[in-house]
Amino acid sequence: MSPSSSSIAAEPGAVPAPGEHHDHHPSYLVDGTTVKSWLLTLDHKRIGVMYLIWVLLFFLVGGIYALVVRLELLTPGPTIVDAMTYNRAFTMHGVVMIFLFMIPAIPGAFGNFMLPLMLGAKDVAFPRLNLLSLYLLLSGAAIAIWGMLNGGMDTGWTFYTPYSTHTTTTVAPILFGAFIIGFSSIATGLNFIVTTHTMRAPGITWFRMPLFVWAMYATACIQVLATPVLGLVLLLVVGEQLFQFGIFDPARGGDPVLFQHLFWFYSHPAVYIMVLPAFGVMSEVVAAFSRKNIFGYRAVAFSSLGIAFVGFFAWGHHMFVSGQSTFNAGVFAVLTMLVGVFTAIKVFNWVGTVYKGAVDFKTPFAYFCGFLYFTVFGGMTGVAFATASLDVPWHDTYFVVAHFHFIMVGATIMAFMAALHYWFPKMFGKTYHEGWGLVSAALIILGFNATFIPQFLLGNAGMPRRYYEYPERFQTLNVASTTGATLLAFGFLITAIYLTYSLVYGEKASSNPWNSRGYEWLTESPPPTHNFIGPQPVYTDEPHFYVDREKAEVPDAV
Amino acid sequence: MQSSSAAPAHHAPGVPPVPTVAAHFASLDVQQHAARLGMWLFLATEILLFAGLFVCYANYRFMFPEGFAAASRHLNLVLGTVNTLVLITSSFTAAMAVHYAKEAKNRQVVVMFILTILMALGFLVIKYFEYSHKIHVGQLPGPYFTDTEPSLQVPGVPMYFTIYFLSTGLHGFHVIIGMIVLTWVGLKANRNEFSARNYTAVELGSMYWHLVDLVWIFLFPMLYLI
Ligand code: HEM
Ligand SMILES: [Cu+2]
Repeated sequence: MSPSSSSIAAEPGAVPAPGEHHDHHPSYLVDGTTVKSWLLTLDHKRIGVMYLIWVLLFFLVGGIYALVVRLELLTPGPTIVDAMTYNRAFTMHGVVMIFLFMIPAIPGAFGNFMLPLMLGAKDVAFPRLNLLSLYLLLSGAAIAIWGMLNGGMDTGWTFYTPYSTHTTTTVAPILFGAFIIGFSSIATGLNFIVTTHTMRAPGITWFRMPLFVWAMYATACIQVLATPVLGLVLLLVVGEQLFQFGIFDPARGGDPVLFQHLFWFYSHPAVYIMVLPAFGVMSEVVAAFSRKNIFGYRAVAFSSLGIAFVGFFAWGHHMFVSGQSTFNAGVFAVLTMLVGVFTAIKVFNWVGTVYKGAVDFKTPFAYFCGFLYFTVFGGMTGVAFATASLDVPWHDTYFVVAHFHFIMVGATIMAFMAALHYWFPKMFGKTYHEGWGLVSAALIILGFNATFIPQFLLGNAGMPRRYYEYPERFQTLNVASTTGATLLAFGFLITAIYLTYSLVYGEKASSNPWNSRGYEWLTESPPPTHNFIGPQPVYTDEPHFYVDREKAEVPDAV
Repeated sequence: MQSSSAAPAHHAPGVPPVPTVAAHFASLDVQQHAARLGMWLFLATEILLFAGLFVCYANYRFMFPEGFAAASRHLNLVLGTVNTLVLITSSFTAAMAVHYAKEAKNRQVVVMFILTILMALGFLVIKYFEYSHKIHVGQLPGPYFTDTEPSLQVPGVPMYFTIYFLSTGLHGFHVIIGMIVLTWVGLKANRNEFSARNYTAVELGSMYWHLVDLVWIFLFPMLYLI
């Protein structure tokens, strides 16, 4: 493999696909401009863009709920809403953010767009299923939002029984919505697994797949293997609500702890559905902006599978205080810490990649830095939590809230923002303003810290989560946290403004503005409808193969 | 606009159409491999869905051993066994349909699917008799349980019937979906659409039917025998 060889070559004797014209290759954005050509499209790129629009909208909704929660907690007593509204707000904040933003965001928007490009494929294996998956998400969302507007729900996003089967708020439609959203998630995962197995272009062996693809693959395995169990348990709770079967109701001989087992059997792996795609994005970004091949490619690839695997055996750490035996607690503690080992492998490899790299400090790289920090800090609090004896005093305090926002939300939002900036030129063919990008990245990272570090302290001092009122002595830290949240909101607002501006007035991007070696940059920006012009590409290099860091020449699109 | 799979080409009656490869697949083999893999994954999710109910069963059987044993003796073993035989036979006819499809004998595919669907219907009819008897004597889930039979006044019996109705109900729902799927594939066979090169739909349809059978093979001993 010679460094100067182009990493993409035409297959000898390949015939152009039927319907290929010679000069006219409209980008996917303008190939068909009617509303119908978007809403009924089978093009993975358009589906990806539609996902992006919707998840951003859901993020806004979840964010508004978050601000309600934070404003309410500004003072010890009632501030802006009554107790019931507060309960509904934090529940809906959790439900919307988890099921409608974090889980579909990166796979739906960037996975859909990039996966086929990175595999040299024309589309995902099942384009119709892909479109269906988007509409399942939207119908689930519609049902859940209908429930939100007709009473809402006050159980917290974990729907713990027997409370969730006795509360008079509208549990059934919201859970049913989440059930349908689960199908959407399964469909996406199934599609990605089959696509990865069957659609790789000649030359893309398993160990030449970009690391983002590995991460999506590991994520998809969790989506397919965990979500059905959640589906069943949500159905059971809905049935329980409507018919009082008593399956989780201790008053009728049912076992609420069984609910927790079934729920966390999904929901613990689900946190990796959220964070593994983030790891994948960051592996791409760190290589591209350090101008170095990723350090320990195979270790990074396999650790994704490792996390996916052990993620299935760690759910019991949510139940250390549920009357679990000491032996079980010990087993789950050790299994949980294994996840930390696999994550640490990744962290070392990312750091190894930056080491002696020619770092190009652009916005995506700024988010990478934030990401590394949140992952390490949040991850270490996770290891602390996995220690059953430490979990007991911290359980259900703000320490939990801070922990999962650091690792899950912090890391994932960093990756989402990095992906948005890194792939913006590829997706829309426009460049954004780097200065504003860096300013808002700084604001967001700062805001995040200001929001959640006080919550670590609050939790450690004993402030319980999901409480409407709190003692005077907690107020300073709560004000700090709310201030941080406001800062955070400003950061997102700025991003929304300059990205929208760039969409319209941005300069035209070249096909590979970052000089990246990812396969997705080997086609035009924005790509034509069938992804690659001419015959199917054949790949002869590694995806992250930065040979000469100073020159870092990358061939233009073929 | 990109179209993923071309509509079946028009063809002379009696001659199977040439299989169409969707624009984004490299070859027909790849396309069929993808379809098969997708189906296997989908079946895995179906098994996992039922697995949640199996876990519930195991948990409550452990909590209420006497109640579960007592309640399970009140199921109709004869009807359950007949239904098991019916489903196993229908799985066989579904498999035969694939066999014939490979030989492009579309007529026989249709016959095999009709037999399969008839047996599925038979299964549902028997289930209907079982259900109506249970409703009649009040052997119903949780709070609806009203049977006064002395041997059933043991803790856990209503829970048993909750799980009985949930799992057989979910399975029955799958039987109905399976019948719809087989009808749809059977209509395609009736239009003579399958050939030795192209019988994926028959294969996937009967795979789904095997799943329905397989789940019952687990439900039957779990509910009726032990
Ligand atoms: C954007 C700024 C955000 C702020 C200011 C914020 C604020 C909060 C607060 C104050 C709580 C605690 C509610 C309570 O337990 O009483 C909370 C809970 C939660 N947040 Fe966020 N959050 C933000 C972003 C996110 C995101 C992006 C996610 C995505 C997953 C998320 C997921 C959750 C979850 C799952 C809970 C637990 C809900 C519950 O315990 O019922 N948050 N958030
Ligand atoms: Cu967990």
